[in-house]
Amino acid sequence: MKRQPSFIAALACASLARAQGQSQTEHVPPDPPQTHVHDMSYREMVEMMGMDDRRRFGKVMFDRLEWQDADDGSRYAWDARAWYGGDYHKVWLEAEGDRTENATQESRLEAGWERIISAWWSVRAGLRRDAGEGPARDWAGVGFTGLAPGFIDTRAILYLGDDGRSALRMTFEGDLLFTQRLVLQPKLELDGFGKDDPEKQIGSGLSSLEFGLRLRYEWRREFAPYLGLSWTGHFGETADLREAAGDDSDELTWLAGVRAWF
Amino acid sequence: MVTRRRFVEGMGAGLLLSASGRPLFGATSAAAELIGPSFDLIVDTLPVSLTGAARTAVAVNGQIPAPTLRMRQGDEVTIRVTNKLREQTSIHWHGLIIPADMDGVPGLSFGGIAPGTTFTYRYRVNQSGTYWYHSHSRFQEQVGLYGALVVERRGGERYQADREHVLLLSDWTDHDPEHIYATLKRQSDYYNFGKRTAANFVDDVRARGFPDTLAERRMWSAMRMDATDLADVSGYEYTYLMNGTNPAGNWTGMFKPGERVRLRIINGSSMSFFDVRVPGLKLTVVATDGQDIEPVTVDEFRIGTAEVYDVIVEPGDAAYTIFAQSMDRTGYARGTLAPRAGMTAEVPALDERAILGMNDMGMSHAGMDHGKMEPIRHAPAESGPIVDMRASMLMVGLDDPGIGLRDNGRRVLTYSDLATLGGPIDARDAAREIELHLTGHMERYIWSFNGQKFSDATPLKFTHGERLRISLVNDTMMTHPIHLHGMWSELVDARGAFLARKHTVIVQPGQRLSYLVTADALGRWAYHCHLLYHMEAGMFREVLVS
Repeated sequence: MKRQPSFIAALACASLARAQGQSQTEHVPPDPPQTHVHDMSYREMVEMMGMDDRRRFGKVMFDRLEWQDADDGSRYAWDARAWYGGDYHKVWLEAEGDRTENATQESRLEAGWERIISAWWSVRAGLRRDAGEGPARDWAGVGFTGLAPGFIDTRAILYLGDDGRSALRMTFEGDLLFTQRLVLQPKLELDGFGKDDPEKQIGSGLSSLEFGLRLRYEWRREFAPYLGLSWTGHFGETADLREAAGDDSDELTWLAGVRAWF
Repeated sequence: MVTRRRFVEGMGAGLLLSASGRPLFGATSAAAELIGPSFDLIVDTLPVSLTGAARTAVAVNGQIPAPTLRMRQGDEVTIRVTNKLREQTSIHWHGLIIPADMDGVPGLSFGGIAPGTTFTYRYRVNQSGTYWYHSHSRFQEQVGLYGALVVERRGGERYQADREHVLLLSDWTDHDPEHIYATLKRQSDYYNFGKRTAANFVDDVRARGFPDTLAERRMWSAMRMDATDLADVSGYEYTYLMNGTNPAGNWTGMFKPGERVRLRIINGSSMSFFDVRVPGLKLTVVATDGQDIEPVTVDEFRIGTAEVYDVIVEPGDAAYTIFAQSMDRTGYARGTLAPRAGMTAEVPALDERAILGMNDMGMSHAGMDHGKMEPIRHAPAESGPIVDMRASMLMVGLDDPGIGLRDNGRRVLTYSDLATLGGPIDARDAAREIELHLTGHMERYIWSFNGQKFSDATPLKFTHGERLRISLVNDTMMTHPIHLHGMWSELVDARGAFLARKHTVIVQPGQRLSYLVTADALGRWAYHCHLLYHMEAGMFREVLVS
């Protein structure tokens, strides 16, 4: 069925040739090359080939640039990440924080290096400075980042600071598609500390949990305005310290912002 | 000859800007032909407007596609290529079996063609058929440096036609390919606007029930793979062209009713697979990759990047749409076969986008008999961080038309339909086997063979004169067109029987296939995935024959 006998003459010809044992392959091995490319380094070859699988790339992502309708008025929050590097190693920079009209309340600035170690995970090491209200705190951190099952972007970093301080920070975020461009991003952030730090309103143990839902519209992949809400809860000693200072131990805020990258 | 040439006359390249700088729309274009044995090609930038936006392309003799080069089998040809760009260029003669120093791969064959210089290619053309040529330098192929190459058979074509047309399919972007490459590295699913949404989940629950739907989603989710990943760069970015003309431009090939028309169809795209059909006409496939086959009549065929198919059609007194939809159904290249100018036929709707199944992923369905399957051996480097999956079951046969073409109600060509005339070039069986796995990491956008990028790998060594078997195992979720320079890839079926002689072999996800190679071509050769960004990202090896 599959061979359609539309070209009977041609087929007959071809079959006849085969029956006669006539070679139809027309194959002639090529002559050896007369000239050769000189030996060269990988760099040189890459230059010449225009192929470069070791090229370095960079990305700057403002995951959150947002306005929050906080209990004490408007608050502005940011969460920016950048990386630069090749397939195996990258350097990275992160800046996250928020401020009200007159003061930066919280600020985290972190920079370091990361390397892929398995199909879905990288190890990273870096230095972090927390500024904002209270004295600044410096940390050195190690941990991992990667993609957990379900495409959940995961980070878990353990930090050590001055005076025997320690901290653990974990974030999880994912994407849920309503349409190709309307995407809900759930995000969970957990912060824990090894010992009390009253000057920063921090108690030991799980100090805070932040859960956000941001519904963005990807006008372009690189530019997506969003609306959302975020709930932050403080626990244990941290909650007590905040309440003593007249702050709420938990807060639900509406928010609006843009996500942009290049 | 005269009949065939008639259609070419008076047809300039319709994509050129006119003297006033305005794009010339609606012109039916076909690349001008140059007839050998002596050719002069000038590579230069060219202002074009293929989508309505003024852009700069890289063209040969001011044309996109580059001129069709017509050679005669047995001729010694001379091709002088002058580079007027500000960067290096090169031309690779895709499918021609010629000496390694004429093959046109900078860094392996020669030093490239430096700006302002002329390189002279000189070689004897021993074969006949439809081939093509393109730049092998960086992304020049993406921005226009590709053209058809037709070698006329001594003694006349085996399958006679009254007329012929070259159909060169390609994908055009208004952006710098460097930007596309960087974008894929920053967000590899950037161009996929066909993902499954919450609404699809609800639909699937209605159709298949909640437990099955959830189990299926969890499987994909656990693998961190996307069941809709059919093309890295989609119609969101690309405008698909036929002979350099966009779908609205409607490239038209003329014929007289009653004529038999040979279509020489070349996929000169950088990243796109096309499913080609001409509604209303049967397609009699008479050659693939330049090599005549036993004619096989189909309704449709898939053409992978860099593959070539010759088909013969017998149109009646009507217009017919040549419809080449991209594999991910995000766009199409389109043209018309017409007996009189200005005629058009209905353009079909795009088919529904397919969803990859577990078979495509080389994963087993629950309850399947594993007993008969040979275990798959994976190279140690495949356990490394640049490989995101390894097939555990290879169930996709050569008689599978591929994702999106299964059970579509049309007779679709498969590799098992191919039977190249004359049999293999070498009657010997393979003395040894090289197994290569097609590997990658979609999310990190890294591509490799056996888990090793080009820069981490050493050359594959073939012994001069040996006959060897190359078995390719696709450990990725994508379909890859694999091209070996300098030597034929002689595809065999699962039992080892010869099927087809090809220069580019597509390997489907979840598939293992083999071809035999006679290492009769001394020198250094390129061996790579012909998806341009996969090649750049590391899916490339050097083959050394010594």
